[in-house]
Order: sequence, then structure tokens, then C-alpha cells
Amino acid sequence: MTLTLAFRNLFHDRVRLAVTLVGILFAIVLIAVQLGLYLGANQIITATIDHAKGDVWIMAYGNKNFEEAQPINQRARFVALSTPGVAGVVPMITTFIDWKKPDGGTANIVLVGADAEDGGLQPWNIVEGSADALGTRDAVIIDKTYLEDLGVKGVGDTAQINGNRVRVAGLTDGIRSFTTTPFVFTTLSRARSLLSLGPDQMMYGLVSVDPGANVDAVSKALQQRLPDVQVMTKEEFRNRSLNHWMLATGAGVALIGGAILGLIVGTVIVAQTLYSSTKDHLNEFATLRALGSSAGYIHKVILSQAALSAALGYALGMAIALLIIFVTESMALPLPIVMTPGLAALLFGLTLFMCAISAIAAISKVTRIDPAMVFAR
Amino acid sequence: MTQRPVLVATNIVKDLGHGAGAVRALKGVSLELRPGELTLLMGPSGSGKTTLLSILGCILTPTEGMLTVAEHETNGLNAEELADLRRRHVGFIFQSYNLFPTLTAEENVRLALDVRGDRGPGVLSRAQRALQQVGLGHRMKSYPGNMSGGEQQRVAVARAIAGKPSVILADEPTAALDSENGNAVMELLSEIASGSGSDAQHAVLAVTHDPRTMKYADRILKIEDGRIVGEERRPEGVDTIHQIARGKKRKTDAKS
Repeated sequence: MTLTLAFRNLFHDRVRLAVTLVGILFAIVLIAVQLGLYLGANQIITATIDHAKGDVWIMAYGNKNFEEAQPINQRARFVALSTPGVAGVVPMITTFIDWKKPDGGTANIVLVGADAEDGGLQPWNIVEGSADALGTRDAVIIDKTYLEDLGVKGVGDTAQINGNRVRVAGLTDGIRSFTTTPFVFTTLSRARSLLSLGPDQMMYGLVSVDPGANVDAVSKALQQRLPDVQVMTKEEFRNRSLNHWMLATGAGVALIGGAILGLIVGTVIVAQTLYSSTKDHLNEFATLRALGSSAGYIHKVILSQAALSAALGYALGMAIALLIIFVTESMALPLPIVMTPGLAALLFGLTLFMCAISAIAAISKVTRIDPAMVFAR
Repeated sequence: MTQRPVLVATNIVKDLGHGAGAVRALKGVSLELRPGELTLLMGPSGSGKTTLLSILGCILTPTEGMLTVAEHETNGLNAEELADLRRRHVGFIFQSYNLFPTLTAEENVRLALDVRGDRGPGVLSRAQRALQQVGLGHRMKSYPGNMSGGEQQRVAVARAIAGKPSVILADEPTAALDSENGNAVMELLSEIASGSGSDAQHAVLAVTHDPRTMKYADRILKIEDGRIVGEERRPEGVDTIHQIARGKKRKTDAKS
């Protein structure tokens, strides 16, 4: 009966119900979009590291993220190869550089150079052409999201990097950059040539460890043997990149802040409507108390009202959030909004939490209720 | 045979307010309520009727004195323990009915049973039986807003009796009703007290101003200025108006 009473109380005043639901809905949409953007940002920040085959990364000391790498000497690679537990070390080049558009103008890019036969990092989600096409003359692979930014129309178009001709040999879909600077994939040797780097230079050494070897132990051993460079496990480098882009730049704080704001606004709206609903039904709650109901029984009615509001608001809010995600996905925006089952569950948990917190004021009101007021009418 | 009292109040004193503004609303009230009796508590406004009713119903606690309900002493019980005693042993009927407007008549009665923790398969039939007992078998699915004042008060009576309490306390049960509906409700209370039409007798106490209700009473307590100042008991062998009416009906039924 508590659920029936809560349901009837809720639907008795349709206007108030609508206000409550709109409040929850806005909160859910705001939180979903903010956290979805946060997840999307996380994904694109770590996508290159996640797709690279290295268990341990060797890089210049103080390297803050994947994109802003500095050259190191290949000697580190050979030292690493002689370290117990190391199965292989693949050199890779990554750097910011200008891309000259065929029709004039420049765009900043992140050039990624690694050899297909060595493994390392290769473009993924290729929708036109193939990774093998990188073996052809001047070949580069770019993401179709950035065709317009790079001033090209598709496969076969040419541009220049550092005064050297490059030709689009393939297109990927969804390899986006958090900095909105497009990734341009090519071979290691072509990257060195485009950047005028010597054959003894690399930006990263992607270390794969022997099967069964302890990654952390290998990483520590490498760091001891290579004191002039930085050695990190994949997980450590992933976290460092995330920390840099999401925390040091303030981008993540802004997104999380927006989500918290949504939570606060939603809580205030639901609390206000739940409190006024409880006040309107105060005499009924006093009657329940006079009939001998326990305080817990009345709290159950109020919490059921809050839970029903949460469930309805969540369903509506999620429907709108998913619609927004669908629309933005079709627009291929630089920063995707991501919805995962985990985030959907978190949002439901947050909605329940928001509504439960909102019920506190109403519960405190009925806790002080005097059942004798039923005789005062 | 006189039955054992189900409610015993001894020297009840109640102070309302604090300090200089405190008022002694009850000044040593003692009374007993027994099953089978409809007792009226009558007195002018401000005489302490409602305060006494609240104490007898374990809603307020006395400043002094002792209250025993269904052989449970109430002194020293906290709010939750008093609520437990209320739900197990006391049924209430309010002047303004205090029905839940968003629930049907049947749901209102079921809610009172739910509060008691009665949630088994027989709950629905118990609620329906209580409504049939008050003559509302045909209005079970009606909402209070669509019922007359008399019907609403009968739903409140059904709600009070559904849990088979030891004591039923009614606060001005006829005050909001016209004389026809007022009489119907008083007949019902008299029936509930005597146990006719059901399996058990109840102790019923009704606080009232309404002189029309006197003819239904087995006993009338008069309260003034916080004290019981008089008690009238219907003489042995003299039927209440309700019992006379029932007797006539029995004779008519036998003839036909």
C-alpha cells in the first residue's frame, strides 16, 4: 500500500509532478551530457595509447602526454632489448607539425610514424584503403572527420608536410584528437624523413614484455638501466596523459563541474517539490500516524514517492540524452558524447541518490508531525 | 455479566504548554471502558474532551496518572511504542473523516490494515467485509470525493473496525453530518459496541456535543473544566433507541 499511496500522491497533482519530472529530466540530461563528454574525452585521449602494442613506454624525460613527445636516441632501444623480460622494442615517432593544404593555408597535425611490420601503433577503423597502403610512396592515412580541416576531399588527394609531398592513401573513422589536432599516420622512415630526423632518433620505444614477465618489474629494471629517459607502464602513461589533458588543462574539471551543477540543480528542484507535496499531505500523514503507523512506514511512503519520481525522471532524461547523443554522433563532432552501460547505471544511481537526498527535508517535516493535529481540524 | 475493562485511565492529569502559559487541561480523570458499551463523553468546548480522547488513544501522554490499554501499561512508552499500541488496539473515527482522497473506500480500509502489518491474502476480503458491515458494499471502488459526508464517515467507521481493535475512539463523529446521516452513524457505533452483526463486542467512546446522540448511549460521561462531573448509565432493562429499533425489526421479520 505504501507504493500505491506514493503513486497516488504523486499523480494527484499533475502540475507538480510535471515540475518534478522536468527538474529531474534537466538534471539527468545535463549530467549525462557532461559525463558523456568526459568519457568521450577520456576515450580519445587514451585511444592511441590503448591501441599501441607496448606494455612499457620509453620516452623523453618529463613527457606529459602522447602528442607532445620529444626525440630520444635509439640507443635506449638497444639497451632495453638487452634487458631481461623484454621481448621487443618498437620505435615510434609522434609530434605536432604543420600540414599545408593543397588550396593554401595550414593546419596543425599530430604526425604518427610507426612501421606496420614492427607492430607498434597502426591506424584502426580504416573505412577506405588499408594499412598496407602506407607502404606506397608518400602515403599517409587520416581520419575522415578532419577531411575539411585538412583541405582534402579523400583518398588520392595530396598535401605537404615540412615541404614534402604526402598523399592520402586511406581514411579512418572515429580516430579523433582531444586537442582537435588531426592524427596523420605514416611509416616510421617516412615520418623521420618528413621531420628531418636521423635514423637514430625516435620519440617512443614501445616495449613488449616476454609472456609471463611482470610488467612493473620490467619497467623498473628499464628505468634503472635508462636513467636519462622516462620509462612508464602503459597504465602509468595512460593516467599521465589523462591527468594532463583533463586536470592540468582544467577541461575535465569543467565537465565534472557541469555534472555536479546538474546534480545540485536537480536535487534542489526535487527537494522543493517533494517538500511541498509532503506539506500538502501533512494531515494525511498525521492520520497515518494516529492510526498507529510507525515513522518508518511514513518514511517509506515519502521515499517511494522519491523513487517513483526518480524512475520516471530517469526514463525521460535518458531518452532525451540518448537522442542528443544520436544527433551529435551523426554530426561527427570533434568531441564525442559517450554513453556506456556503466554510465547509464551510474546515472540511475545518481538519480536515486538525488531523490533520496531530496526526501530528507520532507522526512524531517513528517518526523516532527504531531498526530494530535488530526483532532484540530 | 460485566466484562473486564479494556481501557483503564486512573487520575489522568494533563498540562498543556510550558511555564507561565501552562494550562492544566485535565485534572485527575479516571474512567474505564468495557466491551459492549457505547460511552459518550459530553461537555462544553474547552472542557478537555479532545485532550482526554488523545490521551486515551495513546496520541498524547499524560503528565500524571496511569493509562492501561488492553492490559498494557502506557507509562514510559516512547512514541513508536505508543504507535504500536494504537495500531494493535485502538480504532479512530475523526470528525472530518480524514480519509485519503486519492484512495478508494476499499483502499482506505486496506491502508489501515497495511499500517498494522496485515498484508496476507485475506486482507482484501477483510476490508470488503468491514465495508459491507457499514452498508457500503456497493461503494467499495468509490473515491471519498464522490461520496456523501455520511458515506465517508461510514468508510471511516469501516476503517476503524477492520483491524478488530479493543477500543474505538470517535471524535465528534456526527458533527459534520445532517441528522439522518448522524443517526445512521450512531446506530452503527451502537451496533459495533454491542457486537451485533459481527463476531465481537467493542468498547466505543464517542466525544460529542450533539444531544441527538444521547439516545444511542449505554453510558454518558460529563466533563467540565478538566474533570468528570457526572455519569449517567442507561438503567438495566431499558433499551437504547437502537436496541428498540432492532427489536421491532426482529418482530416484523418474525411475522413476515
